Amino acid sequence: MPDSSIPKPTPRPGIAVKTTGLSITVFRLRRAVRVGIKSLWQHRLRSLLTVLGIVFGVCSVIAMLAIGEGASYEAQEQIKNLGSQNIILNSVKPPEEQRVTGNQSSAVEYGLTYPDVKRIRLTIPRVTVVVPGRIIRDYAWNITRRVDCEIVGTVPWYPEMRNHPVAQGRFFTDDEMESLINVCVLGAEMIPKLFPLESPLGKTVRVGGNYYRVVGIMQARAKTKQAESTDKNADALIRMFIPLTTAKGRFGETIVKQRGASREIEKVALHEVTIKVSNRDEVVPVSQAIKALLDRNHKKADYKMIVPLEMLKQAERTKQIFNIVLGSIAAISLLVGGIGIMNIMLASVTERTREIGIRRALGAKKRDIVTQFLVETVMLSGAGGLIGVALGVAIPYFVQLFSKMVTIVTPWSPIIAFSISAIVGIVFGIYPAMRAANMDPVEALRHE
Amino acid sequence: MGVKSIVRLEEVRKTYQMGPVTVEALRGVSIDIKSGEYVTIMGPSGCGKSTLLNLLGCLDRPSQGRYYLGEQDVSTMDDDELSAVRGARLGFIFQSYNLIQQLTVLENIEIPLYYQGWPESESRAAAMELARRVGLGSRVGHKPSELSGGQQQRVAIARALVNDPLVILADEPTGNLDSTSGTEILSVFDELHWQGKTLIMVTHDDEIAHRGTRNIRIRDGLVEKDLRLRESAAARTQ
Ligand SMILES: Nc1ncnc2c1ncn2[C@@H]1O[C@H](COP(=O)(O)OP(=O)(O)OP(=O)(O)O)[C@@H](O)[C@H]1O
Ligand SMILES: [Mg+2]
Repeated sequence: MPDSSIPKPTPRPGIAVKTTGLSITVFRLRRAVRVGIKSLWQHRLRSLLTVLGIVFGVCSVIAMLAIGEGASYEAQEQIKNLGSQNIILNSVKPPEEQRVTGNQSSAVEYGLTYPDVKRIRLTIPRVTVVVPGRIIRDYAWNITRRVDCEIVGTVPWYPEMRNHPVAQGRFFTDDEMESLINVCVLGAEMIPKLFPLESPLGKTVRVGGNYYRVVGIMQARAKTKQAESTDKNADALIRMFIPLTTAKGRFGETIVKQRGASREIEKVALHEVTIKVSNRDEVVPVSQAIKALLDRNHKKADYKMIVPLEMLKQAERTKQIFNIVLGSIAAISLLVGGIGIMNIMLASVTERTREIGIRRALGAKKRDIVTQFLVETVMLSGAGGLIGVALGVAIPYFVQLFSKMVTIVTPWSPIIAFSISAIVGIVFGIYPAMRAANMDPVEALRHE
Repeated sequence: MGVKSIVRLEEVRKTYQMGPVTVEALRGVSIDIKSGEYVTIMGPSGCGKSTLLNLLGCLDRPSQGRYYLGEQDVSTMDDDELSAVRGARLGFIFQSYNLIQQLTVLENIEIPLYYQGWPESESRAAAMELARRVGLGSRVGHKPSELSGGQQQRVAIARALVNDPLVILADEPTGNLDSTSGTEILSVFDELHWQGKTLIMVTHDDEIAHRGTRNIRIRDGLVEKDLRLRESAAARTQ
């Protein structure tokens, strides 16, 4: 027989049969959390498997959002680089002309002209700046090094117009423009190929028979798919800038291209015209007016109009659609995750019927049982949400690390994903918890 | 006699509806149990002993009749109030111990206090004290599955005592035990009785039944016999 001095009534701290109040609620909740953690920990593997649905749901939402956000950010940056108040006109070889060019040499005349620019300036009132540009494809030489680039003849205000600042030195000036001086500003992409060792500032670059003094270097621009699609090919990014007047004087208006056996003579006055509109709201109407104006004199489709603002709006719309699709996928995966949790909780309630009966016999109220199971479900889905958030933040990080793709985890996406997973826990936990609480204590105690 | 009535049943009936069939488990039971009594309930299988004990334990409500526990009319209480009464005023001991397997001995003993919102330090101390009293002071960290049947039943007794109940209810507490452990448990009951606790125990064993102060025999949902065997210990020592 054990130590059998029999229990005397234990001294009872002041307790009432009915204890209510916030402090008690918080106190009970804390305990319920502890009990819940214990019971979940006892079935670690099961808990983990239960929660996987939520984990993947949350993680994929955050990761996909981050990747989508990154892509759209990149696209928007690209478009912004073109200038949201700008309208860009490019000369393009009309399709029928392209067909004509055969093996013999032929002269093709197409594209934007100086009269076009003049007309635009005279007839459209809200146009503030016009940047014409001629683009000549040629080799730029530094002694024996050479690079295949586009030589852009343009105006001194090009950098501010196109959001493309000078990194070192300066852009050429009005004076240099007027006096047809041979100066140039190099694109940053040319530097490693042409001047790998020394600073190019003050040096000269040769194009054809002419030498150009380097006065500045432009800032590097990110190469992206979007840039490629707007600029036709990636090489177009390697650009060198000279005054428009100089370009006109040195290269004339015809370009002779030697392509294999065939020789192609093209006559293009202006390759590019950038029009800056004073007010963002007027970009679209002005672009329509310009189109109407140009179409009167361009029967052939020999120019192309890029309106960055419209592209920006398009990009935003695309992003919106992307987000809606993503939201639906997220909702479905969280729903599936929630059903998974509910399924396991129902099984758990059945498995623990006896325990519920015991707890009820020993004084647990229905709401204590509800709390216990609900806390467990919410912790399950909350833990799933946390793991999901961790993975969801880690995945874009590694994607960026290994693929050089820009990803952006917006701060609200983990917060929302996590809150939704917690809400899923509550929604899908209520039914099993109610079922547990509504069991008849006598029946529950008899359950085997 | 100046001893208080603790349990008073007045014409209590309990019927179960099983589809079209109505089962009358209790058909008008009136019992009055005073403080300090050690009541044993006997009767053939299916006569309604467990049903009676469940009613006494506020796990169920009578279909008809009144049940007074202390001064309170329990028969009209709602579910939350019944839970509170169970937690504060009743102690249960079951044939199959009914310990929660994933909790330790100490945690099992604590459960009634937990649901009454005791601060953990105090409930822990009270549970520890009781574990020691039933001779399991060194086993408090063990899980029930690591204990013998007799030890498990002692944990259950400690748990039934931890809230200092008005009445201790036991449904065949020795039914699953060998005779040695059974005797041990019964001597714990004897000592509880000597301390003045009110005990109600269902049993099948005539010998066990005669350790109490009063023996009630049930047949077909009615009290067949109500025998006073001796004065309760509390009354004798007065
Ligand atoms: N939940 C229920 N639903 C329907 N009938 C029930 C229910 N519980 C008990 N009964 C019936 O009530 C009667 C009394 O049952 P009870 O369990 O009280 O018997 P008992 O005296 O405890 O028997 P035993 O000695 O075998 O434990 C039986 O006829 C039983 O079938
Ligand atoms: Mg029974």
